Amino acid sequence: MGELAAEEHVKYIISVEKRKDDFQSVMMEHIRMIGAYWGLTTLDILGKLDTVDIDEVVSWVLKCQHESEILVRLDLGFKVFLYCNILSVIITLTGKNQRREGCELHCLLQKYRGWIWMHAWWRISLWTEIFLAGGYVSGKSNLEVLMVDLRNFLMWVCYSWWVLSSLIMIDRVHWINKEKLIKFILDCQGTENGGISDRPDDAVDIYHSYFGIAGLSLLETWVRTSLLRYPE
Amino acid sequence: MHGRPRKPQKPEEEEASAVEAAKLRNLQSQLLANHHQKNYAKEALEVSANLLEMNPDLYTAWNYRKLAVEHYLKESPSDIESIKAILDEELRVAESALRQNVKSYGAWYHRKWILSKRHSSTDHELRLLGKFQKLDARNFHAWNYRRFVAGLMNIPEEKELMYTTDMIDSNFSNYSAWHNRSALLAKLLNKKAEGYFPVEKVLNDEYELVHQAIFTDPDDQSGWFYHLWLLDQTVKTNPPSLVSSWPPHSFNVALSRTGCLNDGTLSSFSRFQSDSGTIPLILYFDQPVQGLDSSSVIVKSTANLRDLIWKPLSKCNRAAAKAWVSHLNFPQEELNSYSVEVSIGHSQKLVSATGFHHVKPTHFSFKVAVNLGETTTEDCGNGGIRWKDENFTSCGISQNFPFGSSGNPTGENNYAPSTSEWCAETISNEIALFRELLSETDCKIGKLTLARLLMAHAATSPHANKIVQLEEVLDLYQDLMKLDPSHFCYYEDEHSLVLLKKLTSTRESLLRHCYSYKDKTSPYIDSTTCLRLNNLSISRIESVEKLLWVQVLDLSHNEIRSIEGLEGMQLLSCLSLSNNKIGSFTTLEPLRLIKSLKVLDISYNEIGLHSIDTTRYLFSSPLSHSEENYLSGDELAIDCTDLATYWEAYLLFKDLSLAQLDIEGNMISSERFKAFLIKILPKLHWLDGKQVQ
Repeated sequence: MGELAAEEHVKYIISVEKRKDDFQSVMMEHIRMIGAYWGLTTLDILGKLDTVDIDEVVSWVLKCQHESEILVRLDLGFKVFLYCNILSVIITLTGKNQRREGCELHCLLQKYRGWIWMHAWWRISLWTEIFLAGGYVSGKSNLEVLMVDLRNFLMWVCYSWWVLSSLIMIDRVHWINKEKLIKFILDCQGTENGGISDRPDDAVDIYHSYFGIAGLSLLETWVRTSLLRYPE
Repeated sequence: MHGRPRKPQKPEEEEASAVEAAKLRNLQSQLLANHHQKNYAKEALEVSANLLEMNPDLYTAWNYRKLAVEHYLKESPSDIESIKAILDEELRVAESALRQNVKSYGAWYHRKWILSKRHSSTDHELRLLGKFQKLDARNFHAWNYRRFVAGLMNIPEEKELMYTTDMIDSNFSNYSAWHNRSALLAKLLNKKAEGYFPVEKVLNDEYELVHQAIFTDPDDQSGWFYHLWLLDQTVKTNPPSLVSSWPPHSFNVALSRTGCLNDGTLSSFSRFQSDSGTIPLILYFDQPVQGLDSSSVIVKSTANLRDLIWKPLSKCNRAAAKAWVSHLNFPQEELNSYSVEVSIGHSQKLVSATGFHHVKPTHFSFKVAVNLGETTTEDCGNGGIRWKDENFTSCGISQNFPFGSSGNPTGENNYAPSTSEWCAETISNEIALFRELLSETDCKIGKLTLARLLMAHAATSPHANKIVQLEEVLDLYQDLMKLDPSHFCYYEDEHSLVLLKKLTSTRESLLRHCYSYKDKTSPYIDSTTCLRLNNLSISRIESVEKLLWVQVLDLSHNEIRSIEGLEGMQLLSCLSLSNNKIGSFTTLEPLRLIKSLKVLDISYNEIGLHSIDTTRYLFSSPLSHSEENYLSGDELAIDCTDLATYWEAYLLFKDLSLAQLDIEGNMISSERFKAFLIKILPKLHWLDGKQVQ
């Protein structure tokens, strides 16, 4: 089995953060906040949050909150979603620096390592969405649905994040083959400049870099973040 | 972003891409400027249309267009034609955006928003959908939109059902069509629409249809899923009923204070020890129910029992549970015997998770002899429990534990789920059909379906030979573990549940696992019978309805990862889970609901082995307001870093008053951790086989 090219992924994420004017960056500008959240979370999982300029990111996040039309003019659902992200980013960042208003809340979260609760609520909605999306016949319980053989589907790395997090919520991760999924994620790594793609031969992007690394972390293979670990 | 090939761009491509980026940037800046200035002029709108054609996901542009539409509708004369013209333009923009990206949420939503104004013709919509659904038969956006349009146009459900038939006929492997079919059919059956009654006839026709799909290609799973739904419709019509209780009917409970006293005149099963004069009253239903309270469950007694509080036994305090408990508090001052009668009748309140009310009147009664007296011994220093084989001797056949409902005057059948002949017959037919299919092909989902059918048959048919059927199911799961190793753990879980069902299905098979503990003087174990379900490869526990009486349980040397379900066994005082696969303290959360637990062995598990505790947020968080565990004064005596480090352990153990705990053989175990445990468990006498000073 391959190795996780952690260093390359860190470089890739930093490069994406710096890139603002190529076609893909402009196309995705309206969800740059989500991109930042995913990029920063990935760095955190990799234990490399110190590679970004915290001050710069924090002031950008705060600026977005007040000024950018793109962030403010949203449908209700999206607004809530983004606030959650903003909060997460700030908390993640300030926690490392022990400052700003988010600090107090973060200390509490950090202390009991219960931060993942913040994310849980919208994973629930994702869980629902996945099964509606698949249009599966859900029968008496959604648990049954998990036995779907994915060979008729196009398998994507992002499944490793939302399906896995859903499986974790119902405590059934052991029902899938971890080794196969780990191999698939590792096969999707960009060989030259880091990053992870949706499928082995596709172009890498920031979102799938997050999905893949979060997936590996949920599979208990890669954890550098201090937030989730048992003490040594 | 999906499906972009991974290849470096050629210089000329790079150049073209840079031009596109500049164009996009320009349009975006113009749009934001127009948006700020509320500029809804024709040229400005043109910019947003061009932008959306390039980037249909840009929701700000859609919102700008919505504001523009509102603006023009307010301004323009109210003649239908000019309104239509405004809206038609929006439909055009949305359509061209969808051609660019058929999964653009913003574009589908915009289209819905325009149609909801009910000025536009909907005829075009179905044609457009036809095109999109041909392009991708499982595009859930299109299916969602179809349901929206059908609702808007008042298309009868019958007609939409026919559309799913067409889609299925042209391609069996269409999950979305099968799914929509199940949703539509459920509605039609519910309102007993013409041609959709009786249910039995409709479901038989559906079985026919799905057989065609399954037999055409047994390896395609979409049909099997619909079959699963059909099976569910076939058996689900039962209202909830009580399957067992503790104390069971016509039982005599001898309530005494905790101690080493052993009055040999009483059967060990009937003895219950409590210092506070309370016994649990446990009701176990065949499905999760909610709404138990003093009006839905009538408890009459010669003792003056105050208003009973019913608690569901489920994790996270979910409202519905199979098992419910209430604590009966008897007067402590005098020797006395009391009778208790419990009646559950037809109740609007007591309702299953599927919405059925409890209908069948159920009564049972028992007696409680209270003899609290003096505490006989405080000295429990003569050794904890040792779970070694040589300390247990097999029980004689004379053991008379409260099994099932044999003593119930209303009879055994009253406890069995109600059933209809049609249901049993349908399931039998399906079983025969799939046995035939499996004789020709080794199809794994076919085997899984047969296993589920056999379970349904064993549960619903009064004529079924349950043991034989359960054995066949066990064989099927064994087979599947070999045939489909990727899903080994799923089959192992299912296998465990069936195995437990089999072991507890008759008094004789259960008796084979009953043992007596050698040392009768042990304060915790008394002379109670011990149930040993060790070395059985069990990975999961669920139905414990036949085990409510068990006080000592040995589940060691299994594959247990989760103990969900164990919380129903409210009488447990000694439990061994050693040599299993428990991965964290949060996995043990159900134990918090078992207040009588005194002895716990969780040695040789995997606690602390996994770097991430993936179960922790399944359970209540210290941050959630539902937890009543904010730090109180005496807890400040514990080192704060310890508390933060061992939070999960603290949360689990603080509600238990354990006297003996075995924790060795787990990664988390260390001297520091043991010292912490001694602090939070003040009643602990034994830790890892050593006496606590």
